[in-house]
Amino acid sequence: MQFFFEVLIGGLLSGVLYALVALGFVLIFKASGVFNFAQGAMVFFAALTFVGFMEVLPGWTGLEAGGTAVFWLAFVLALASMIVLGILTEKIVLRPLVNQPPITLFMATIGLSYLVEGIAQGIWGASVRGLDLGIEDVPVETLMDKFNILVSSFDVFAAVAAGVLVAVLALFFQYTRIGRALRAVADDHQAALSIGIPLKHIWAIVWGVAGFVALVAGMIWGARNGVQFALTYTALKALPVLILGGFTSVPGAIVGGLIIGASEKLAEVYVGPMVGGGIESWFPYMLALGFLLVRPEGLFGEKHIDRV
Amino acid sequence: MLYREAGQFKTTYEADQQIFPIAQDRIGIALLIGVFALVVPLIADEYWLKAIITPVLIFSLAAIGLNILTGYAGQLSLGSAAFMAVGAFGAYNVILRIDGMPFILALILGGVCAAIVGILFGLPSLRIKGFYLAVATLAAQFFIVWVLVKVEWFSNYSSSGVITAQAIEIFGYTFESPESKYLLTLAIVVVMALLAKNMVRSTTGRMWMAVRDMDVAAEVIGIRLMRTKLLAFAVSSFYCGVAGALYAYAYIGTVEPEGFNLDLSFKILFMIIIGGVGSIMGSFLGAAFIVLLPIFLDNFVPVVLGDLVSASFVSNLQLIVFGGLIIFFLIVEPHGLARLWQIGKEKLRLWPFPH
Repeated sequence: MQFFFEVLIGGLLSGVLYALVALGFVLIFKASGVFNFAQGAMVFFAALTFVGFMEVLPGWTGLEAGGTAVFWLAFVLALASMIVLGILTEKIVLRPLVNQPPITLFMATIGLSYLVEGIAQGIWGASVRGLDLGIEDVPVETLMDKFNILVSSFDVFAAVAAGVLVAVLALFFQYTRIGRALRAVADDHQAALSIGIPLKHIWAIVWGVAGFVALVAGMIWGARNGVQFALTYTALKALPVLILGGFTSVPGAIVGGLIIGASEKLAEVYVGPMVGGGIESWFPYMLALGFLLVRPEGLFGEKHIDRV
Repeated sequence: MLYREAGQFKTTYEADQQIFPIAQDRIGIALLIGVFALVVPLIADEYWLKAIITPVLIFSLAAIGLNILTGYAGQLSLGSAAFMAVGAFGAYNVILRIDGMPFILALILGGVCAAIVGILFGLPSLRIKGFYLAVATLAAQFFIVWVLVKVEWFSNYSSSGVITAQAIEIFGYTFESPESKYLLTLAIVVVMALLAKNMVRSTTGRMWMAVRDMDVAAEVIGIRLMRTKLLAFAVSSFYCGVAGALYAYAYIGTVEPEGFNLDLSFKILFMIIIGGVGSIMGSFLGAAFIVLLPIFLDNFVPVVLGDLVSASFVSNLQLIVFGGLIIFFLIVEPHGLARLWQIGKEKLRLWPFPH
């Protein structure tokens, strides 16, 4: 039983990370109806840019390597590059494709993900880099003592960070002017335009926010497994999460992430040995697929009505 | 005036319904096939035949498969490489387990295996569409590769899941030289491409296009959605399966399931985007483009830019160029290279006078 809980908690915590990446998808899909396959590449780009700045900044500015100042400066610079990337994407890729079928936009973002991967590695190199956020990967002692369950403190930190991020986003969407405008745009582009909401700025902001989410996700994933090309595959993990939660729902991304994370780990541990292991690669997809057949719009998705 | 069809009267229904109604097209295609069948084996060296022309033909076949599904029937698929894997392993097992199995029949059976698997993974398309379906085909991509690795029966209990294609033998003749393998591939690809071309302009093809353009409307006018969509999945996977079998037998020789990964699926998708979505000829143009581009970049960039760039940059450049081209084509010419050829044809109709 104790082992079961350990696996479950581990799965839930990794699910939080999937949810973080899925969140970036949801934000963009909600506001512009674009299914951004390049989100994984953006996570990679963000993490790589952050680490890259961490490396070069001490040389440029004379700041102490690994210090707080360098950390925050690198963070700001990485965030700025993500916002620039987002705005450029919107201008160069999406604007000319307005009014095209969603599938075309989707294929364009597949192209975008190749482009972003290539640029990221072209600038910063392809080597695997470590990223130290200053949190140790040791078991949480109180849980260890009381219930004898092994939970890494780093995972707990990641979960808390993700939770805070989601809370901030929720508040931002609910209570700020921009948040309200974003929700209006998400509901209906044309109606939002007609009451004077500047669609261009809104899209730029959305891509900026998605870039911010990608940066946070990339930093946490990168600190966990090193900053490397495999980060782009986080997009592939986020897809079943989205399917499960619905493309347009922030809570859906969170709940979907938790379900996928937990069920994937449990399946790997309990079902995997029976069939030869390694089922983590496809289990989330099959789960999402089975779920789709029952409820095509996902857990929290909007029901779609077709008209001729 | 090269393409002027004035004076070509059609007096019978047969004449009106042929695949290439314009005489210039008929002559052109016959010439093209003639050149590829007779001249190319004579002038091309082994490297070109083995490493460039044969794979281009094989990938064209896979691209035709995906084009039928995505370009004509409008169902986005990201799992074409997995269906190629099914075809390759299907043909391998058929030849291995049935004595005296003719190669062509094995090829067809490999395609049939892929078609059956394709129908299974096409079933969700009845309930879901668009992005959701793309994710369903991703499930096929990961699941099939995993099954082929884990179930050792498929690879005849080889330790690493790698299979080595048996020798191709038809009527006692063994296809060993690159020329013979190339000619065999060419023959199969030409036949299947003509079949596909014919299929997409038949009732079936029009039903696919109706479903692609608006499935609800198609259903309203009496097209049975389920049959049409599943047929598209079956035919598309059949083509991919045969392409996969040829990939194993006529091109690589030794294949492993992981060779048919997501990257290959994306490459095939890129082929149809660049070549032209919803065009058989585009599949050939796209395949040639995607196979040749990396070779071109590898050879050309170091020569031009010299020591300025490192080898790793060249491989990144490939990613950038691929991604950039996809976006460029989607924006500037959503119908791909095939559309350029069509425009050229229109111009040639009037040439040398513009009106």
